[in-house]
Amino acid sequence: MGQSVTVPITISVNGKQHSAEVEPRLLLAQFLRETLSMTGTHIGCDTTSCGACTVIIDGSSAKSCTVLAVQANGAEVTTVEGLADGDTLHPIQEGFWEKHGLQCGFCTPGMMMSAVALLNDNPEPSEEEIRHGLAGNVCRCTGYHNIVLAVQYAADKMKS
Amino acid sequence: MKWIDFEKPKTVEDAVKLLSDSGGNARPMAGGTDLIVQLRVGDPRVNADVVVDIKSIPELNELSYSSSKGLTIGAAVECYKIYGDANVNSHFSALNDSATLIGGTQIQGRASFGGNLCNAAPSGDSIPNMIAHGAVATIAGPSGTREVPVEDICTGPRQTLIGDDELLVSINFPSNGSGFGANYIRFIPRNEMDIAVAGVGASVTIEDGKFTSAKVSLASVAPTPLLVKEAGESLVGETVSEEAIQNAANLAKAAAKPISDMRGTADYRKHLCDVLTRRALNTAVERAQGAS
Ligand SMILES: Cc1cc2nc3c(=O)[nH]c(=O)nc-3n(C[C@H](O)[C@H](O)[C@H](O)COP(=O)(O)OP(=O)(O)OC[C@H]3O[C@@H](n4cnc5c(N)ncnc54)[C@H](O)[C@@H]3O)c2cc1C
Ligand code: FES
Ligand code: FES
Repeated sequence: MGQSVTVPITISVNGKQHSAEVEPRLLLAQFLRETLSMTGTHIGCDTTSCGACTVIIDGSSAKSCTVLAVQANGAEVTTVEGLADGDTLHPIQEGFWEKHGLQCGFCTPGMMMSAVALLNDNPEPSEEEIRHGLAGNVCRCTGYHNIVLAVQYAADKMKS
Repeated sequence: MKWIDFEKPKTVEDAVKLLSDSGGNARPMAGGTDLIVQLRVGDPRVNADVVVDIKSIPELNELSYSSSKGLTIGAAVECYKIYGDANVNSHFSALNDSATLIGGTQIQGRASFGGNLCNAAPSGDSIPNMIAHGAVATIAGPSGTREVPVEDICTGPRQTLIGDDELLVSINFPSNGSGFGANYIRFIPRNEMDIAVAGVGASVTIEDGKFTSAKVSLASVAPTPLLVKEAGESLVGETVSEEAIQNAANLAKAAAKPISDMRGTADYRKHLCDVLTRRALNTAVERAQGAS
């Protein structure tokens, strides 16, 4: 097997196509942050535990620290940068703002992406369903209570 | 992470050739939720210079059902496709006990039962469930394919009888008639996102108030997931009763060979085998009676 073979990939990020020649070991999180300089997606752990790196790949939420960029070749990726429409916040962003769903904010991009994926599948989740849907995201600050309220706010807003 | 080469074959034959040509230095990758984590931390047990992405191979993405052939789940099919599948929901709904449990939604979008089985963790949450369903794995290698019951696949912690030059293609679940019910439950110290201290998969078939077949399988209480044959056999022919179920739970407890570690002592795990076997069998019975 020849070493040092890079791979050409094209990934759509928030609707824009990005092509690059990448090392197979490059993580999608690194591709977003380092290759594309889109640092909204955070990296919080080494073990796929914290969920800070959550993005949406072809409609499913995924931890981008545990996806190789080459695995996302041809996929449509949505990151936190893709939520707002110009100056208009996405309902989930508004929910976090209105309900104080963050303190330090480190977990917030991943929380919001998990919440968006949850609301896509289940537009009217119960509190329990919200907590279950966000089980893969860790927050060290808020105690989760206001995060649940923020998701409920977004669900109400998206309904109306 | 160390350097890896990346291959994405489109056929089983090409994948097997890549694996056998690499002389043991290539690893198949389905969702990568175990493999990438292991590569990132430099796990010495994962010696992969080449990662072979198996998601473009049609047979490994199959998810199909017919009453004659049963349910076939390709080795790369993700958990969310399993619990979103109409046939699974009408004929094999107990598989969802595992599919909705593994790792939270971000993991379920990528993780497969095939990867769970090949990773062969003693705690793998889909494995006892597959064993309780009588599942059979199809494995492709350089000299053709072979079929192996799931309970024989894991040979030790993170070890399987699948060779370095072989590929798990799919897992087949035989059709179950009316009067069938199954369940998988695990015990973890919190509500979500943890590794089983103990887990139990159970299935029963009930006709006229009597067990006509039953299987009990345990997780996290031995070096591999365990089929406790005698627990299932003890139920066959018995009338459905608390005593019969307790007797099977006693046999499961006796068969468990747990270790003590940070998640629990051996005694505690044995106790859990009793409690969880009873609960899993009771749920399986309820589902069987609800279904018939
Ligand atoms: C945050 C987190 C939480 C988790 N929670 C759980 C949990 O609750 N319960 C649980 O059981 N597991 C859990 N896991 C572990 C993991 O997600 C599961 O084991 C999952 O099912 C693995 O599937 P995969 O498709 O990602 O496998 P991969 O990572 O792609 O592969 C796993 C192993 O199997 C081999 N392999 C894969 N496919 C094949 C094939 N077709 N033929 C031969 N070998 C193959 C690979 O080479 C690798 O060694 C968790 C993991 C994370 C990161
Ligand atoms: S950085 Fe991806 S889960 Fe923590
Ligand atoms: S707001 Fe600080 S980690 Fe969640």
